[in-house]
Amino acid sequence: MIEYIEKIRQTAGKLLEEGKVDVFIGYKKGSVPMMNEPVLVSDKEKAGILYWDSNCGLNLCNYITGRTDKIGIIANGCNSRNIVTHIIENQIKREQLYIVGIPCTGIIDHRAVQRAVGGREILDVIEKDGEFTVRGKDFEETFKKSEYLQMNCMTCTHHNPVIYDEIIAEPIEESGNVEKYSDVEKIEEMESSKKWDFFSELISTCIRCYACRNACPLCYCPTCFVDESKPQWVGKSIDPTDTMTFHILRAYHCAGRCTDCGACERACPMGIPVRQFTKKLNKDTENLFNWEAGLVEDQRPPLDVYRVDDYNDFIR
Amino acid sequence: LEHIGIEPGRLHFSWISSAEATKFVEVAKEVIGSVKEAGPARYFIKRKAEVA
Repeated sequence: MIEYIEKIRQTAGKLLEEGKVDVFIGYKKGSVPMMNEPVLVSDKEKAGILYWDSNCGLNLCNYITGRTDKIGIIANGCNSRNIVTHIIENQIKREQLYIVGIPCTGIIDHRAVQRAVGGREILDVIEKDGEFTVRGKDFEETFKKSEYLQMNCMTCTHHNPVIYDEIIAEPIEESGNVEKYSDVEKIEEMESSKKWDFFSELISTCIRCYACRNACPLCYCPTCFVDESKPQWVGKSIDPTDTMTFHILRAYHCAGRCTDCGACERACPMGIPVRQFTKKLNKDTENLFNWEAGLVEDQRPPLDVYRVDDYNDFIR
Repeated sequence: LEHIGIEPGRLHFSWISSAEATKFVEVAKEVIGSVKEAGPARYFIKRKAEVA
């Protein structure tokens, strides 16, 4: 993926120079290795800071919400699907966007790498031909990228952008039959009390920092329900009940909208697999409504429309 | 909600018109029955903070 960088810089520079866009949204190298940051570039001279490798895990759609200028944006599979969701939800107009598509081969799970090197401090990471090398003070180790992908990238079926004005490289082959929901199925088989214990344990370390919400491109409400105080919908403490309420409601707000981009999980400072909450809803919308979020621009999401043949079995 | 551990039988959805008194009674009885069967809930109970 690293070979796209030059192309991205050139494209961004050209777009800014020609005035086709007022701002270009992409990634730059992070201040810490393996943590690249989103960046907004409006000066064509600065297009050189743009960067792209397998450590660009945050979702850029957070930065287009409600903007009124012309925007150039980098879009891999996930970003592009969230752009579509944003268009459907009237958060941005298609005409405002110039989408630079990138076929994505997945993002590296920085925590897995951190574990693999025994928690030693990584000072640098270099990527090449499906492998990456991490360097620290007195060690250097090379890993196969395919073995260290984020969980959502492991089972990704949308590597290529679904919408773009220009694509940086030839689209890559999509993975065919992947078992996306094997982890959800495992939970479904559990007894009720086991399920509760599983999820309670999952969020037991949550510090309610709301990083998952902030990283999520779907969470653009002017005031989030957790921040409301009149009325106060949910307690603000780290009482297990309050924490669980927060996580359940956060997931529900993403039902039928989540693209499983993994930004929430990546952003979590405690390493909680928060996608377990949203994934069940993704599975349900896929099974019950034959719907995956952000694939088509001209269809309303299932929870937004009424159809006579809607799933109805839970109501009597 | 059942996915995170709320037992089936505790959560009910129903659509009852204001004219459907009999259905309301029926559903209410059924809900009471199945919730009693499920027993006291152990979820979403907030205990008073322990203060030393």
